[in-house]
Amino acid sequence: MKMDWRYFRRRTLNIFNLTGSVIATVFGLVWLFWILWTTLSYGFAAFDWTLFTQNTPAPGGSGGLANSIVGSLIMVGLATVIGTPIGVLAGTYLAEYGKGSFMGGSIHFINDILLSAPSIIVGLFVYELVVIRLGHFSALAGALALAIIMLPVVIRTTEEMLRLVPNTLREAALALGAPRWKMITQVAYRGALSGILTGILLAVARIAGETAPLLFTALNNQFWSTDLMQPMANLPVVIFQFAMSPYEQWHALAWAGSLLITLSVLALSIAARTLLRNVRMDQS
Amino acid sequence: MNTDRSEISDRALRRQRLLDRVFEAATIGSAGIVLVILTGIIVSLFIGGWQALSTFGPAFLTTDEWNPVTERFGALVPIFGTLASSLIALLIAVPISFGIALFLTEVAPLWLRRPVGTAIELLAAIPSIIYGMWGLFVFAPMLSENVQPWLQTHFGDAPLIGVLFQGAPLGIGMLPAGIILGIMIIPFITAIMRDVFLTTPKFLKESAYGLGATQWEVVWNVVLPFTRIGAVGGIFLGLGRALGETMAVTFVIGNTHRLSMSLFAPGNSISSTLANEFTEAVGDMHTSSLIALGLVLFMITFVVLALAKLLLLSLETREGTKT
Amino acid sequence: MTNLTPAVDAASKIQTRDLNFYYGKYQALKHINLDIATNRVTAFIGPSGCGKSTLLRVFNRMYELYPHQRATGEILLEGENVLSPRTDLFRLRARIGMVFQKPTPFPMSIYDNIAFGVRLYEKLGKSAMDERVEWALQQAALWNEVKDILRQSGMSLSGGQQQRLCIARAIAVKPEVVLLDEPASALDPISTLKIEELIYELKKNYTIAIVTHNMQQAARVSDYTAFMYLGEMVEFGDTNMIFTNPSNKQTEDYITGRYG
Repeated sequence: MKMDWRYFRRRTLNIFNLTGSVIATVFGLVWLFWILWTTLSYGFAAFDWTLFTQNTPAPGGSGGLANSIVGSLIMVGLATVIGTPIGVLAGTYLAEYGKGSFMGGSIHFINDILLSAPSIIVGLFVYELVVIRLGHFSALAGALALAIIMLPVVIRTTEEMLRLVPNTLREAALALGAPRWKMITQVAYRGALSGILTGILLAVARIAGETAPLLFTALNNQFWSTDLMQPMANLPVVIFQFAMSPYEQWHALAWAGSLLITLSVLALSIAARTLLRNVRMDQS
Repeated sequence: MNTDRSEISDRALRRQRLLDRVFEAATIGSAGIVLVILTGIIVSLFIGGWQALSTFGPAFLTTDEWNPVTERFGALVPIFGTLASSLIALLIAVPISFGIALFLTEVAPLWLRRPVGTAIELLAAIPSIIYGMWGLFVFAPMLSENVQPWLQTHFGDAPLIGVLFQGAPLGIGMLPAGIILGIMIIPFITAIMRDVFLTTPKFLKESAYGLGATQWEVVWNVVLPFTRIGAVGGIFLGLGRALGETMAVTFVIGNTHRLSMSLFAPGNSISSTLANEFTEAVGDMHTSSLIALGLVLFMITFVVLALAKLLLLSLETREGTKT
Repeated sequence: MTNLTPAVDAASKIQTRDLNFYYGKYQALKHINLDIATNRVTAFIGPSGCGKSTLLRVFNRMYELYPHQRATGEILLEGENVLSPRTDLFRLRARIGMVFQKPTPFPMSIYDNIAFGVRLYEKLGKSAMDERVEWALQQAALWNEVKDILRQSGMSLSGGQQQRLCIARAIAVKPEVVLLDEPASALDPISTLKIEELIYELKKNYTIAIVTHNMQQAARVSDYTAFMYLGEMVEFGDTNMIFTNPSNKQTEDYITGRYG
């Protein structure tokens, strides 16, 4: 081995770049911890149980986030109810009926694009579709926008998870004389169940933090309202408005709201990830 | 002992066939909704933006005036803001993501890979409004007090790049918007790069190691060329995300309709313009111009994301693995 | 292309007439003519790729799950052509059961695994279903091992037990024919023995067709044996005759191990 300057240069370059990769990773992790730390500390500092008991206050006043918490829960819940069945069925089509076909391939392609499409555009779309027609903002419109955003996530994971179910299982069910729909619902779904649930959880985690699509659909509501046909308070838009305002108390509430959203999203993501790990272990 | 299974009634069988058709139709219908949404978005944006598009024509894209009072609107400033902030984001995210992917596939000991990978993925799980809050209340002030004055003192008078550091160090503006966007898209690019790096066949790498190559040389000369297409696909995906990002940018970009080359200057992106002005739009032309902006954004992101997907698909068919 | 219908001592349950099968352009089965005798075990042997599994899967039209696969000719199940489009597929598959090479328990309890097929087309009350489940598991010689754990997942059983579960599942719907596609190839010798004993018992009540790459197994278990090579039926006859005095040189070469 020639121990000349070329060799040492190569070794140095190697160490330099490998160290660089470590630095890059640390760089990425620093931001993560900084953001989480900020959210946790500012959020807990502003935390108070009145968050859950009082509604959003007028400028300069004090209050909580109760109406926005409930509003978010309602809209996310409604979006999940709308988006899950459609998403699972569509994913079923892609995995069971449309596999290899042109239509199946194109829908899979378009679905992947919609997965990353700007969520504010979805808000615009639902604005044109629902808000203009109804003449006013509404929680229904907000839920619809969120459902459209969660749809591609559910479709994609359902398709992937169903594809993991081995074909011999399908054949065994069909060999008993089962019609296709029973084979899918009673056998294939069971085989892919935890995976499909993971997809739903991930989708819910995604829409729980979405702000932009709610800006022109559900808008916001200073007061308590559970009326689906009226604007409804929700955490993200409240945080947006309060943060951009000049009022200290509103800023504090914005941080508290941020904390709530972050904790919920993290909890959902971790739950989904644990489920997914169990799926992967079952398969291998 | 053998009951004749041909006793199964015709009626029962007909019913099952019907249910089969109903179920299949339900799945096809649900899948079709995806197409409906896509066409619906494009059509509704066209209809909503038509007033502005027909009035201003192609000049809409190149005019930098944005005046609700005189009702003259041009998309240049927001388009510039979207592109510039995304460019800054890429400049930051691409090398960092590459480094992290390298770390996760080559450098990290096995027990470290899963936790670090998960931690990076958490960056993607954090909602963008949280990035916005942090950016506005923590990051921007820090930039304004510490980083920007330093940059301005040292580079403000430099030829060529000095123009990037002009103006008051407000903290908000194009720079923090770009940086925050960059951090946000790191996990996306990293995930794809890591996946494609792992598809490099072992024997290919081992041949290079067998010749005495260092780890870095194997990555640079074997893995990267092999996974080039996939890596580029991942970069496009990150770009697509950055272009469409709203809340994080809206908090810190400054919301000013003014074109400037300086990183310190406040500006606007398409999505931040929409977020700020839509609900209080003054008049039909204003609203229509905003929707037209939305159409422009959707078209740009659609093309970028489609390219990303095509690149990744070509990799998949070539290698027989999915990304 | 010699096809003998042996002097069977039982009626013929399934007859194939000029059966051909294609994977796309490739012809995997060529002019197959044979009889499968009622309540007897017919074994199909031959080197890999000879088409024996393909043949089995034509009987219950399992190939229709996949595009570009088609069959021509006739398969008569007690006189009725199975391949005709007018034949009801669900009913056919309820009459002809199949057990696969790899055990495929459904992700459900043992009880539900057995009940699944029965529930498709029969309405049984709880006690009747309990009886049927027990009966099927008895037939598969699995009852004593699982009678206390019926609610446990079918996937928690050992490989040999899972395969017997699959056999019980196929039997529970009271088919007329049971197709076994290399049922013991993934199992250890003891489980294999148990399955072979099972087949010997089952043939009293069911017509059985078994594909196996294990010649000794075919010799042990079957009444009639068909030797296939490259998609053709080379020789078909009484098992004893085939193994002690084959008429065809190719058969003899295969049996004596000259190729495989």
